[in-house]
Amino acid sequence: MDKGDKIKGLIAENVNGDNIITRARYPHIFEEGLNKSVVEEISEIKGEPEWMRRFRLRALEIFNSKPMPNWGPPLDIDFNKIRYYILPDEVKARRWEDLPEEIRETYEKLGVPEMERKYLSGSVAQLDSEGVYANIKKKFEEKGVIFLDSDSALKRYPDLFKEYFFKIVPVMDSKFSALNGAVWSGGSFIYVPENVQIDLPLMTYFRMNMQQEGQFEHTIIIAEKGSYVSYIEGCTAPIYNVTSLHSAVVEVYVKENAHVKFTTVQNWSRDILNLSTERARVERGGRMEWVSGSLGSKITMLYPSSYLVGEGASASHLSISLASDFTWKDNGSKVIHFAPRTSSKIISKSISLKGGTTVFRGLVRIPKGSVDCVSHVQCDALILDENSRNFTFPHNEVYEETATVTHEATAGKIGDEQLFYIMSRGLTEDDARSMIVLGFLDDVMKEIPLEFSLELNRLIKLKIAEMGGTG
Amino acid sequence: MALTLELRDLHAEIEGKEILKGITLRIEQGQFHALMGPNGSGKTTLSRVIMGDRRYKITGGGIFLNGEEITNLPTYERARRGLFLTFQNPVELQGVKLFTFLRSSYLVHYPNDGRSFQEFITYVQSKARLLNMDTTLLSRGVNEGFSGGERKKAEILQMSLIKPRIAIVDEIDSGLDVDALEAVAKSLKDTIYSEPRMGVLLITHYQRILKYLSPDIVHVMIDGKIIMSGDYSLALKIEEKGYEWIREIK
Repeated sequence: MDKGDKIKGLIAENVNGDNIITRARYPHIFEEGLNKSVVEEISEIKGEPEWMRRFRLRALEIFNSKPMPNWGPPLDIDFNKIRYYILPDEVKARRWEDLPEEIRETYEKLGVPEMERKYLSGSVAQLDSEGVYANIKKKFEEKGVIFLDSDSALKRYPDLFKEYFFKIVPVMDSKFSALNGAVWSGGSFIYVPENVQIDLPLMTYFRMNMQQEGQFEHTIIIAEKGSYVSYIEGCTAPIYNVTSLHSAVVEVYVKENAHVKFTTVQNWSRDILNLSTERARVERGGRMEWVSGSLGSKITMLYPSSYLVGEGASASHLSISLASDFTWKDNGSKVIHFAPRTSSKIISKSISLKGGTTVFRGLVRIPKGSVDCVSHVQCDALILDENSRNFTFPHNEVYEETATVTHEATAGKIGDEQLFYIMSRGLTEDDARSMIVLGFLDDVMKEIPLEFSLELNRLIKLKIAEMGGTG
Repeated sequence: MALTLELRDLHAEIEGKEILKGITLRIEQGQFHALMGPNGSGKTTLSRVIMGDRRYKITGGGIFLNGEEITNLPTYERARRGLFLTFQNPVELQGVKLFTFLRSSYLVHYPNDGRSFQEFITYVQSKARLLNMDTTLLSRGVNEGFSGGERKKAEILQMSLIKPRIAIVDEIDSGLDVDALEAVAKSLKDTIYSEPRMGVLLITHYQRILKYLSPDIVHVMIDGKIIMSGDYSLALKIEEKGYEWIREIK
């Protein structure tokens, strides 16, 4: 049997849930379910040091002891029905034809460039960008930048890795951080030395010859004093995963006067639960920017956090989420102002249509003693039809009277007068709706990567066209 | 072929209340009609019904373009066939840049326009300057935070770019001071009389804008009906005597 057939079989099996046949044919594929031996086997296959093996086992115990969150969207997960590790080679060799039809159709309609399709198929794009990649890599390496997948980083820089692994996100943070601790695989590891400015954004696109993405990746970014790095995860390719649960952990360490921009864009297929933990620790004068765009998945729970621990540190959280077709986007931001004169800005834009639910949860905490802090929270929701919903739960805890905290929230629908006005200029109703939605997003669009905003643009038009005359 | 808009015994209501009570009117491309009348007579309703505002229900009669009925045609189809409406209080489109809006609507009407993006910018800027319009407005959201005068200018800018065949101009003079009125009237005139000439139904409460524009025909609308039509002297008479005398003779 050639590799293509094997992969097809693997994917078909996961899509259909018919694992008996596959198990017989491919004995090295992990069984569903999570227990001590699965965790030990993952560690062994990866050839990890003893401390990591023990860490994983401890995380498993924590995972088992933690309850499911008692808030948020309805999470109906059977942890015994999930496969926790798939050998990277088999994941990488996905083909365009192996994607679910729904995703393929969407991308056909969107006219995703041929190049991306080839990238997706894992056959061409890596070669296409090899030259570019090699140059960038060389330039960075000369400056001491590390950009590796996390598994390789653990092998090559064990001490550095250990120093930052599960530190700002404690493994006992939640059931899902513990799950990541037990079965993590892949992710990016980025180390930027003092005063090194990386002028090009690092993307998962460039992290080649490695596992492109996993379901439980663990990403660590360390920006030393005065450095700058922008990292983009996800990009425009539809990220397809053979299992239904994605639970990543992202840890960002922003040292004095360093600046990190972390952009995550996801367009998971509609059977994925995306439950990830992202957190940054920002020291004196440092700046953290989170930009997130969330289009796909069945349920997303994502609340990037910034812990502003040094005087004058700042954080910016920008998010766009679109929930359609009865999906649920539970997004938010958390900023804790541990130090004086720290500032934060949270802007959330959410769009619900075709029965989608968007939720914003925000937490801003300014403890006593953190003088002269400034925080601005803005959450805007646009609801496109009667079947769709938005909920907003802002939470501000301010214990310091010198703080300036402002909060704005709007929830709106598309007005008949706006539609009439635009249509009176000759644009169709669908075009009028798209125009209003894109206008709603305008002030955050410029912050997101161009490829993503183009895709968002196209996707919104597509979804609105699908809505037809319901409005 | 020149376009002709006809309203035949048009009746329309909103929320069960009849506003238009049998309007019959024929406007040919190249003609300049003024529609005058007191507040609440149904002038703005008429403009919206012609353009196909779905919030109004047509309860009788019909709207025709060159003899073809368009009473149930969607708004954008009417626009594509050459009708245009300038709004009395144009709505704000948050985040939709005026320039983007102009370009999108322009390309609907002129899909084969050969101008490059840069050339189009230059073209729009030159049109805006003719209106004494602040060109920085082009990079703001449509009508977002615009003053009354800026909104009116933006309406005329759109009209001058799209060059409709028949335009309904609804109270373009409301809320303008004398200088702004003169500027708006002048550019309106330039737009209307540029070749090929437009047909115009100019709706106004007051005569003051008409002295810059000299319409061919003046109609008076009271309580949902056009009760008198005449030449420009009718407008002057209304300026002098108000609307009461018309009510009395009817």
